[in-house]
Amino acid sequence: MKRRKLDIGAVPGNVARGADERLQVATPLRSLLNKVFPDHWSFLLGEIALFSFVVLLLTGVFLTLFFDPSMKEVVYDGSYTALRGTEMSAAYASTLDISFDVRGGLIMRQMHHWAALMFMASIVIHMFRVFFTGAFRKPRETNWVIGVTLFFMGFFAGFTGYSIPDDGLSGTGLRIASAIMLSMPVIGSWLSSSIFGGEFPGMLIIPRFFIAHVLIIPAVLLGLIAAHLGLVFSQKHTQWPGPGRTNENVVGERMFPRYAMKQGGFFMAVFGVIAFMAGAFQINPIWLFGPYRASEVSSASQPDWYVMFMDGLVRLMPAWAIEIPIGDGYVIPPMFWPAGVLLGVLAVLPMTYPAIEARLTGDKKIHNLLERPRDNPPRTALGMMAISFFIIATISGGNDVVADKFHISLNAMTWVGRIGLLVVPPIAYWVTYRICLGLQQHDREVLAHGVETGIIRRLPDGRFIEVHQPLAAPDEHGHTHLEYTGWVVPKKMNRVGALAPAIKGFFFPIEKPSEAPVSPGHPPVDPAAKREEVGSSH
Amino acid sequence: MTSHSPASRGAGRGGGLRARWRRGRNSPPSKLRRRAGAAVRLVAALMLAGGVYTFLAPSVQAQEDVALSTAAQQGKEIFDNSCITCHGRNAQGIEGRGPSLIGVGSASVEFQVESGRMPMVRQEAQAERKAPMFNAEDTQKLAAYIQELGGGPQIPSGPLTHDMDADPEALSRGGELFRLNCTSCHGFGGGGGALSSGKFAPSLTDVSERDIYAAMLSGPQNMPVFGDNQLTPDQKRDIITYITGQLQDGGDPGGFNLGRFGPITEGLAIFLVGITALVFTCLWIAGKS
Repeated sequence: MKRRKLDIGAVPGNVARGADERLQVATPLRSLLNKVFPDHWSFLLGEIALFSFVVLLLTGVFLTLFFDPSMKEVVYDGSYTALRGTEMSAAYASTLDISFDVRGGLIMRQMHHWAALMFMASIVIHMFRVFFTGAFRKPRETNWVIGVTLFFMGFFAGFTGYSIPDDGLSGTGLRIASAIMLSMPVIGSWLSSSIFGGEFPGMLIIPRFFIAHVLIIPAVLLGLIAAHLGLVFSQKHTQWPGPGRTNENVVGERMFPRYAMKQGGFFMAVFGVIAFMAGAFQINPIWLFGPYRASEVSSASQPDWYVMFMDGLVRLMPAWAIEIPIGDGYVIPPMFWPAGVLLGVLAVLPMTYPAIEARLTGDKKIHNLLERPRDNPPRTALGMMAISFFIIATISGGNDVVADKFHISLNAMTWVGRIGLLVVPPIAYWVTYRICLGLQQHDREVLAHGVETGIIRRLPDGRFIEVHQPLAAPDEHGHTHLEYTGWVVPKKMNRVGALAPAIKGFFFPIEKPSEAPVSPGHPPVDPAAKREEVGSSH
Repeated sequence: MTSHSPASRGAGRGGGLRARWRRGRNSPPSKLRRRAGAAVRLVAALMLAGGVYTFLAPSVQAQEDVALSTAAQQGKEIFDNSCITCHGRNAQGIEGRGPSLIGVGSASVEFQVESGRMPMVRQEAQAERKAPMFNAEDTQKLAAYIQELGGGPQIPSGPLTHDMDADPEALSRGGELFRLNCTSCHGFGGGGGALSSGKFAPSLTDVSERDIYAAMLSGPQNMPVFGDNQLTPDQKRDIITYITGQLQDGGDPGGFNLGRFGPITEGLAIFLVGITALVFTCLWIAGKS
């Protein structure tokens, strides 16, 4: 029998046709693969979170295989000598086993933890980008709310995650969590005892947090991330204003192949950075913390960085307990205000910010073009105000370490935090506002007068002026009338072609740029004529 | 004298000394005489009590007569040069400057002087560790002087740690005791921690065995004393075994330990290393078109 010759070149087409004939995927796939994404570095920050989440899922599955979420008392007999023979919960013992006896377990644990920190950090910087560029405006308010929810789900994912090893530090964190629950008026004791299954710590909290950490919260996160990305697809990505870009179009690259390849590469970069950090930096050395005992609380006990702002607010709160003399007497402990009320405000206020801003400005239009931060000074200033508040609260969450290592009194740190929390945000608002106005002013100045060339010219009457390169034909006063379009205004001569553009390299240009003419007003100076030897023959 | 009535004072002044004598002889005992008698009786009683006390209790003054060994004699010379300004003559202490060193023992002297904390640079919340001012020999002489002067706890001779090969459980016993007694100030990793108003628990990362033992015995600065009733010498050796064997020499299996300061440096690292690296990657990827 003669074998038919296989035409390799036709295989992809045949397979694709076969798939389309059976599944009718060509039309939807074509529109998906041809989807255009605008390209700017700041649009990639959210992807860091997405890719960290993938790393979290991968490493998390590995850890689940070896982790035993049980508070049963066991005697440790693993290879870490400094705890051998110590009584501890099975959860803690299995985490020690993951760290010391499971092949590759420690790096998986460290990757999981670093990826969690990376997930939260990239969510925050992505949120800054979205906020400062006004990308949350209509029609994208829903996606903003989903994003804020993602932060808080990540917050709880992280908290449940670092609680379940049942080590000394995480137990201290759980104790604080139970205290926060207890501080809630009326419902406090019910809330705490229903979550812990009785008095803290009980025997239930680790298995419960485990299910929350590996099932409920990841499922919610996955759903929210899918909705978040789905909305980006259906509403299309925002873009910067610029030539050819309008509120109705999207200028960029097709999803396939370039954008997809870039994203694939970026995923590997994120994976690589997380793996590098997990290999190079030790994180959460639970073997030093020992099994949780209520009597052992270490100095410098702090939560992970994204929870630290709350710890800081609690540390800064003065001891103002409210005592209500009804019946046997009720107390609203001071902790309730920062950890209960303020946390609620900090969750709700960002979510409602798009509505608040639209309400205050009366802006009901659809915005697909971004705003440069300088073009909306009040928003930018508010954002910096929020960031300065967050940073002060976060630093105060570790104020004992800062005090110790920088040789400052802890009491002074507390007062710096208390005063700073009230004083610094308004200052940040004012400074940012002025900087925004200054940058705006400078843009308008360049549009009206041109780019500074750095060339000083002396006029016949003795005055000195700096020569400006106008960006368009000037009128009789030397002014140009250019509209500000909300995008970068060239401010250096290189930007308007005074220098030939350097050929792009990664760190250094691959070729040397050609020599620039000396000034735009003058012809380049010719090199001196070659001298000829004076001879006697002529 | 303030309780004298104006009248009697006037009479005394007017009559002169002789008048006063004469009046005193003829009349019942005046206020002045009664007071003088009371004063004499009080002084006598005090002298009696003081004398009895001097005989029955060892007093600071009495120590001066104690014969000092040669080393202690040399230690006293160092003391009189470098320590007397704050701790006073015969180490009795000076109010508001330095405490009495009677009874602190040689353990305390060794700890304070060997670690450079004493002599102190200035009066502040807590003395800092610095390069020691005296060599080991001089420190021993000072320690001998204070020990012979007032007694007190001494570092025992012999090894201060357990042999981990012969007694492998010492490490985990020490860890247990360390977490129970020490972490609340020095931290899980032994990196130290802040106390109130500028005081602090120092880092244990490069502290010698003798210093740890001496610190537990003498409770320097803001540290509580862990006398032999609270932690037996054997338990102290357990703790030192854990600090030197695990925290100092145990290494960090997970890589660079970021100072073992906990989540605060981890949070710093994720922004300074992770996010910075990836933002540059973003710039790179988006710049390539």
